[in-house]
Amino acid sequence: MSASADSYYLPHGTPWSIFGSLGLFGFMLGAGLWIDGLNSVGPLVMGLGVLTLILTQFGWFGTVIRESESGVYNQQVDRTFRWAMVFFIFSEVMFFGAFFGTLFYARLFVVPWLGGASNMFFTHALLYPHYRALWPTNGPAHVGGTFSAMPPWGIPAINTLILLSSAVTVTLAHWALKAGHRRKVIAGLVATIALGVSFLLMQAHEYYHAYTHLNLTLHSGIYGATFFILTGFHGLHVTIGVIMLTVILIRVLRGHFTPEHHFAFEAASWYWHFVDIVWLGLFIFVYWL
Amino acid sequence: MSQSIALSHDAHPASRGLMRWIKTTNHKDIGTLYLLFSLIMFFVGGAMAMVIRAELYEPGLQFVNPGFYNQLVTLHGLIMVFGAVMPAFVGLANWMVPLMIGAPDMALPRLNNWSFWILPFAFTLLLLTLFLPGGGPEGGWTLYVPYSMELGYSFPFLIFAIHLMGISSVLGGINIIVTILNMRAPGMTLMKMPLFIWAWLITAYLLVAVMPVLAGGVTMQLFDHFFGTHFFSAAGGGSPLLWENVFWFFGHPEVYIMILPAFGIISEVVPTFSHKPLFGRTTMIYALASIAFLSFIVWGHHMFTSGMPVSADLFFMFSTMLIAVPTGVKIFNWVATMWKGALTFETPMLFAVAFIILFTVGGFSGVMLSLVPADFQYHNSYFVVAHIHYVLVTGAVFAIMAGVYYWLPKWTGHMYSEFWGKVHFWISVISVNVLYFPMHFLGLAGMPRRVPDYAVQFTNLNMISSIGGFVFGAAQLIFVAIIFTTIYGGKKAEARVWEGAHGLEWTVPSPAPYHTFSSPPEVAG
Repeated sequence: MSASADSYYLPHGTPWSIFGSLGLFGFMLGAGLWIDGLNSVGPLVMGLGVLTLILTQFGWFGTVIRESESGVYNQQVDRTFRWAMVFFIFSEVMFFGAFFGTLFYARLFVVPWLGGASNMFFTHALLYPHYRALWPTNGPAHVGGTFSAMPPWGIPAINTLILLSSAVTVTLAHWALKAGHRRKVIAGLVATIALGVSFLLMQAHEYYHAYTHLNLTLHSGIYGATFFILTGFHGLHVTIGVIMLTVILIRVLRGHFTPEHHFAFEAASWYWHFVDIVWLGLFIFVYWL
Repeated sequence: MSQSIALSHDAHPASRGLMRWIKTTNHKDIGTLYLLFSLIMFFVGGAMAMVIRAELYEPGLQFVNPGFYNQLVTLHGLIMVFGAVMPAFVGLANWMVPLMIGAPDMALPRLNNWSFWILPFAFTLLLLTLFLPGGGPEGGWTLYVPYSMELGYSFPFLIFAIHLMGISSVLGGINIIVTILNMRAPGMTLMKMPLFIWAWLITAYLLVAVMPVLAGGVTMQLFDHFFGTHFFSAAGGGSPLLWENVFWFFGHPEVYIMILPAFGIISEVVPTFSHKPLFGRTTMIYALASIAFLSFIVWGHHMFTSGMPVSADLFFMFSTMLIAVPTGVKIFNWVATMWKGALTFETPMLFAVAFIILFTVGGFSGVMLSLVPADFQYHNSYFVVAHIHYVLVTGAVFAIMAGVYYWLPKWTGHMYSEFWGKVHFWISVISVNVLYFPMHFLGLAGMPRRVPDYAVQFTNLNMISSIGGFVFGAAQLIFVAIIFTTIYGGKKAEARVWEGAHGLEWTVPSPAPYHTFSSPPEVAG
């Protein structure tokens, strides 16, 4: 376990990754058994898998945090973490890209084609003569029954303000950390986490509203499908971001980080800004236009 | 310089026995694990291919029923792509990237271990489906909707296995990018990097860019199947074509993920045995980058017959043909590297030369398939099967074999048997053409792919193809025998195994010590 300022830190063996793999395997195997209704142990296997994954995260990140605080990471290791986080966020951007691509493809091509655009005259005339290609739509078969689209200028607009404000508070916390004002860091982080949690509560309320009042559900054709997959995965990422920021807050309370050395903080804030920008795309293309 | 480091106190694995391999963070251990895993999967997928060829030896149903035949076709594709070819290249990257750029290890060693150890579980999940009621997935490796919506119990396991493979690939890709960007020895500028490193930098970028798109796509299938969404059904305003677009947006970069590292290996092997520097080094790098860029805008050529507007057909036709330009640059540069070189034909060079010729055959049939009107005839026929196997077997797999023979002495410290290497090569190169070349004619004559039975007029060519297949399959047992006899014995290899080889990996002893380049080497300006 040798390391110094001029040599790259290399761990010698890790116990964590095999638990991570076992956890993932249990998670997926259990989920498969459950969702297929093949065997009643499904939920149990899945639960054990998820638990193993969570414990693995505690162990693995805990090890990394201890190493970081003991000062074995030099500048080059820091650069490694930066590049890795950049490309991890890039992979997340592409993941959302698949769903945004789906939304644009459905709106620009599929729905007009079902209405007879391009060379699809006979598709429309023979299969769906009564279908009018308008957005939002639940398709020619009217699946899921009549529904209303989510209006943008209620909860979604408030949520936009919440997330944009949280980008400001997390940046204020970062400036304070660089200036060495620990109280302001804590205040900024607490505010950011509070804003994130309120966003999630608002989102939960919006889903409740959609299901109970608008009849907007997963079954509401392509509109419902794209609406819930985009906002749902975004909500999941906000949750992950809140967890990351909470870990950072606990570390700040324990006296971790220096004004020069605090990449974990920056990584969490990069992630938070990424979630923020995805939301702007959602607000514009899912709710507004 | 590196010999002294090899003798330092932690020059050995931290654990012994099985725990060494489970806990290892050493890039050489993990590279070995990847390569062995890939070899096992090559034989699992290969065994399925043998059953397929046995069934196709004669018309009529001999050994398997049509449903199981379709399961074999599907699993053969998934296993060879995600289990054999990709892990083999990642294994080569693990072994060689740190050695070639003068780094002590991969940038993120723990993550590296995890990237590997996800894979055995992913394939366990995939192969488990064979034992479920109803058997494995049958829709083909492209998981086309609506076939995949009709799969039984195997469906969620298939989707989750793909998720696991995706996680493994993205983490591995991030690790390779970061290693190359951040861990190079002082003096090794980007333009001085070996071509294998360049190929992998670009490949890893493609991995990180497109694997998440596949993950998103199969997630939408999962929702359609179980949670009542209508992404892929026209009744709800979705479209089955949407899946084809998502899949091939991933799928076309994916086939380049399987060929760009092969280009990198060939660009290392050919100069060594030509005793000349690579011709047009800079253009080779730009060609790699151009191919990677084009891979994102050609996916529609897999869907010409699916009913896209003519304007889209034309766009994808022309963009596809454009790929022939940078690929041609690469082929001509390899040939120009050999031109007037002092050529020697050891086994890696034989595989490299066969690669250049036979990959070009696959490239030509690719250009034929890119023509929209012609593709309407070739589509869904054995011509497509011939094309994909020329580029993936005599392309990617031959390059992997060239790389294995090239670097095996560096890994094991022993020379492999040149005689048996040549025996393996000649049997393989002859039988592989007996196997795949008749498929061109079968396809042009109208034999559809993915069928266990066929019309009697296709019998002779199918028999020839099957015989070639059995010989090619058996010849790979020689490959395994060579690898294991070389691991356990053989003539001692020198540090610079090949007289014409240059690069940092040849400055460390053979076998490469457990830790290399703990302090970085200087790369001459």
